[in-house]
Amino acid sequence: MKKATGRKLSLAMVLCLSFTMMLSGCGGNNNTNNAAKTDPPAATEAPAASNSQASPEASEAAGAGSPLDLAMKGEYKGTKVTMFGPFVDADQVKFESSIKEFEEKTGIDIQYEGSKEFEATINIRVDGGNAPDIADFPQPGLLASIAKTGKVVDLTGVLDQEKLKANYNKSWLDMSTMDGKDGKIMAGIWNRSNVKSLVWYPKKQFDDAGYTVPETWDDMMALTEQIAKDGDPAWTIGIESGAATGWAATDWIENIMLRTTTPENYDKWVKGELPFTSPEVKNAVEVMSKIWLNKDYVYGGTKSIVTTAFGDAPKPMFENPPKAWFNLMGNFITSFFPETAKVDQDYDWFYLPPIDPQYGKPVLVAGDIYAMFNDRPEVRAVMEFFTTGESIKTWVQSGGVIAPMNDASLDWYTSESDRRMAKLVQDASTLRFDGSDLMPGKVGAGTFWKGMTDYVSGTATLDKALEQIQSGWNN
Amino acid sequence: MDAQIKPKSSDPGAQAKRTISIKAVLLSLGVLLANIVINGLIFLFFRDSALNPLLTAVLAVLWGVLGVYLIYYTLTWAVEQYPDHIRRRVLPYVFIGPAVIILGWLLVLPALRTLYLSFFNASSEKFVGLSNYAAIFSDHLMATALRNNLLWVFVGTLACVCFGLLIAILADRSSYEKIAKSIIFMPMAISFVAAGVIWKFVYYYQPGDEQIGLLNAIVTYFGGEPQAWTSMLQPWNNFFLIVILIWMQTGFAMVIFSAAIKGVPDDILEAARVDGAGEVKIFFGIMIPFISATILTVTTTIIVFTLKIFDVVMVMTGGQYDTEVVATQFYRQFFMYRNFGYGSTLAIVLLIAVLPVILINLRQFRKQGGF
Repeated sequence: MKKATGRKLSLAMVLCLSFTMMLSGCGGNNNTNNAAKTDPPAATEAPAASNSQASPEASEAAGAGSPLDLAMKGEYKGTKVTMFGPFVDADQVKFESSIKEFEEKTGIDIQYEGSKEFEATINIRVDGGNAPDIADFPQPGLLASIAKTGKVVDLTGVLDQEKLKANYNKSWLDMSTMDGKDGKIMAGIWNRSNVKSLVWYPKKQFDDAGYTVPETWDDMMALTEQIAKDGDPAWTIGIESGAATGWAATDWIENIMLRTTTPENYDKWVKGELPFTSPEVKNAVEVMSKIWLNKDYVYGGTKSIVTTAFGDAPKPMFENPPKAWFNLMGNFITSFFPETAKVDQDYDWFYLPPIDPQYGKPVLVAGDIYAMFNDRPEVRAVMEFFTTGESIKTWVQSGGVIAPMNDASLDWYTSESDRRMAKLVQDASTLRFDGSDLMPGKVGAGTFWKGMTDYVSGTATLDKALEQIQSGWNN
Repeated sequence: MDAQIKPKSSDPGAQAKRTISIKAVLLSLGVLLANIVINGLIFLFFRDSALNPLLTAVLAVLWGVLGVYLIYYTLTWAVEQYPDHIRRRVLPYVFIGPAVIILGWLLVLPALRTLYLSFFNASSEKFVGLSNYAAIFSDHLMATALRNNLLWVFVGTLACVCFGLLIAILADRSSYEKIAKSIIFMPMAISFVAAGVIWKFVYYYQPGDEQIGLLNAIVTYFGGEPQAWTSMLQPWNNFFLIVILIWMQTGFAMVIFSAAIKGVPDDILEAARVDGAGEVKIFFGIMIPFISATILTVTTTIIVFTLKIFDVVMVMTGGQYDTEVVATQFYRQFFMYRNFGYGSTLAIVLLIAVLPVILINLRQFRKQGGF
């Protein structure tokens, strides 16, 4: 026991040293949130950066005009606002150009950080007390589960409700009301929406080949068969998306659900009252499988579905001649199209046709909801800015986004394609929000994605996969 | 230091040496308190400082290095105020104390809290007893995760140890020993995530005719059918992931075995050769027994490693396509599904699985006089 004390001591020494180094490292960069704290001009002393507590300056400022007005006057020059969201690559560029003008005018530096692993990371950051000032949730369901913990700032007292009512359709505002820790709160604001019932196709070649846009599901299947006979798989499908692999499959299921059963059933399904194991849901997956599991209908065969990133899936449509013809995806997918491809000429979309005429022409939409975690005047200003159409004007102009705000002018849409989209939403017999996005995160951003991936990749049988998805509700 | 502890002698001279002066007690307490207060204040200063982050980091490192030195220096000085026999007893604790405290705070406490959480429901509000444990063992996902973990442990460890040993023996006799060993050891320097990215390019599959993934390029060159190696080839995709671990850990095993083999005395080998033993017999009869302790250590190290495997699976497949292991399942449940009960339970199961291996390792260390 007592041998080699010298060695033991030196070992202990090294251990201690390394640990202390680690500790001091922790001490050094601890709580970057506070480091970003700045004194607003009116401040007598820096407010304690406590979440969900309005600092006195903010309420004072509210008297002198809204945070956005003050920001435009340059009140918050030199401050920083951190943002975290799922936009990466092309989307991130578009987002950053849409806020550029605001940053120049106000002097507020919006530091946006995008991550493909957003769904998992945001939870960790919020739990660890390292939440960004503003987070952009593509799934309201995920925000709802975080709102329950009481860590999201209630926007009811932060933003002018009258202005919001004037600028948003009521259903959008209803969807931003969620359960907080003690009662209902307004957990976020909607900034961009997209339409998810669109089948993209290479228009020019499509017309040249003499195909016509299908009006019913049966027409579409017949056309799929026709294209297969002509030597091409009609569909190109990719659901790979890092840790979020599988989400693209949920859009298919939601679209087919709306076309094969009543909107009431759809709502029940989203709330968890209609289980995944029910015949309605199973039938929807089976309808989808008729395309997905047929290797003559899918570019690269079924095995390519889970290995192809959703953003890479459209690529074969833009080869000459096209190697595949159809890609079902929300309108944001145009960000991933080749830059040389022209909207309305090279590519266009047709509405995913109805299956059962009695359910009319349902349209599936989705959107991003921005939530606020740290209440500082400059963050309020940025949040208020995001409630204006102005905040996504450049994005709308570059295509791929539908603005949910009423003050976004239809003239901003630069293509026939986008205008048709806005019209499609207006004329829809049934308008429903993306179901998986509304479900609690553990299902909608959890078991639903994984279950679909398991089913398509052959890990689980259909019944087993549906059971697995449903089990997400129970835990 | 093997002196036996003497029975308490009763002669007065020794008694005088044994008295503890009040001054010493006060001094040592004062030193202890001063250390806590001063370092606490510095910590608070850094935590709330609005300095430039880079400057903060530099100062913090300085504080870390100098602070540690000062803490040890002052505490040692305080202990030296006591009579000899006490000093001998206390000094080791002064040195090991901070490490124990920090380990307790950063490892033991969280482990206990995880254990506590594992008895509660998903939102940690309701006590549910052992039902989380029952649930994860009846859940088929857990079965998959355990099966895959066992695959990793057996296939991964066995391959690493065998290849490591083989290469070490072969390299020992070759004239390219240094170069060969360096090349095989190199992957050790790459982080698992980076290795995952590298191997993604090897296994890459894309629909269509053109294959840019290395493996598929080779397969199609010989007229084969390209495969989605890591996703659709279940359950073989697990082996393709394990290959990454082998690629990385073989070098580690090899280097340690190499050193051990060089320690086998030449005269024994000579004697065996004179007695007419063949090389194979020498290897199994002399070398293996001689380095058995090393083999055990390396094996247990890699077993612990494979039990905890996470990054490779996360980067390559995210645990999809039936490649789930316990650690990825834990991450999924805890951070993605926000089921703190299941997540903590999985973490505890993993801890329990690793414990026996750690214990074997400790026993081994003790035999070798490490403790």
